[in-house]
Amino acid sequence: MIPAAFEYKRPMSLEEAISHLAEHGYDARVLAGGQSLIPAMRYRLAQPSVLVDINKLPNLGYMHEENGMLRMGALVRDTDVEFNEEIQSKYHLISDVSRVVADPIVRFRGTVVGSLCHNDPSGDWAAAAIAARAQMVIQGKNGPRVEAIDQFLVDSFATSIGEGEMAVEARFPVPNSLTSGAYEKIERKVGDYATAAAAVQIELNPDGTIKEAGIGITAVAHMALRVVEGENLLRGQKPSLELIRAAAEEARKIADPNPDARGSAEYKKDMARVLVGRGLIKALRRLNVVVA
Amino acid sequence: MEITLKINGAEKKLNVEPRTLLVHAIRDAGLTGTHIGCDSSSCGVCTVVLDGKTAVKSCTMFAVMAEGHEITTIEGMAQGGKLHPLQQAFYDQHGLQCGYCTPGMIMSAHVLLQHNPNPTEEEIRFGLSGNLCRCTGYQNIVKAVQQAAQMLQQPAGAAADD
Repeated sequence: MIPAAFEYKRPMSLEEAISHLAEHGYDARVLAGGQSLIPAMRYRLAQPSVLVDINKLPNLGYMHEENGMLRMGALVRDTDVEFNEEIQSKYHLISDVSRVVADPIVRFRGTVVGSLCHNDPSGDWAAAAIAARAQMVIQGKNGPRVEAIDQFLVDSFATSIGEGEMAVEARFPVPNSLTSGAYEKIERKVGDYATAAAAVQIELNPDGTIKEAGIGITAVAHMALRVVEGENLLRGQKPSLELIRAAAEEARKIADPNPDARGSAEYKKDMARVLVGRGLIKALRRLNVVVA
Repeated sequence: MEITLKINGAEKKLNVEPRTLLVHAIRDAGLTGTHIGCDSSSCGVCTVVLDGKTAVKSCTMFAVMAEGHEITTIEGMAQGGKLHPLQQAFYDQHGLQCGYCTPGMIMSAHVLLQHNPNPTEEEIRFGLSGNLCRCTGYQNIVKAVQQAAQMLQQPAGAAADD
């Protein structure tokens, strides 16, 4: 299948990219890895009249820690995360995600920021960003602004990026030694959309109680969701199997999936519960807390 | 628009539309070893190598995006009339039946071995999970990659004599 024709722009600077986006508004799309956009264009689910290819922009492939945040530029590929040993040993949640996004070939091109901007209801990175309490940096004519991930992810395939703007960076809080996470995903085969998936992150207090919890679920609603009530149940409590079961049950309650060939709505809701539970158990085990 | 792609070391001037997919540009340039399979970025038969170490599905990249990159296709693997160890190993192990997925498998395995020269069976299966084969059941493909890994780890002199 051949995508609809479009005008191709290859800016060499961020300013030039922003000016193309400002000129063409919502008719223009940013092309980074293209691993979601190009398939959508081939199916003509997307027909942008202008593509702004940011792959030649300098200095967007960085990934470093600064002021307590891991800062990832818009051209950081999934494999940059997957193959980075320091990230793999320290960032348990995003490491898990980086090994199960799409398939190994797609991960060479696909970008973390691009996935977040695409905001597919079954996207992996959105759930992880929710659980990790990530932030997004959005650049427009008047300079950058920073948004919490919950404000950034608006609806299915929709974000808070405005006309003439683009996301230039994702920021993940640097985990301390009492923080761990996990990503649990059920898929029919590698590369398929998830049947259901859950991202969790836990920070313990020195006394072993839970200081902060993050739970994001994906592929089970119109967009990735934060399991707020589950997080509230966990916060301040001592980890136990009973507590985990109660928190996971909150995921089942808010999941509102469409039935399809991957499973019935009831099945997917229950898998949201199961995967949150598994993720919490795995994250705690990574902190040497065994509850099951 | 006119673009120049460097494919298997040779520069090719091509006239493409921005929407021309890389796989179509490669095939229109006469290199039909790169196949078209699923049209949904799933099957991996169109896999080519960018800049030596990156595997890409050439159906999921516009040809214009490949300007300035070194592209390697299956035609670029054999050197001096001698099969690349991966090609030889797929032949020796019968790592194919119909052969349609083979170019993509070999390009993907090539990148896998760049990043992990001595993979376990599990790592091979994981690394090739973006490439579908509908005939073999993968057993002989895995064996072929194992053989190629061994061949590539031998000292250059030893490999040249067989």
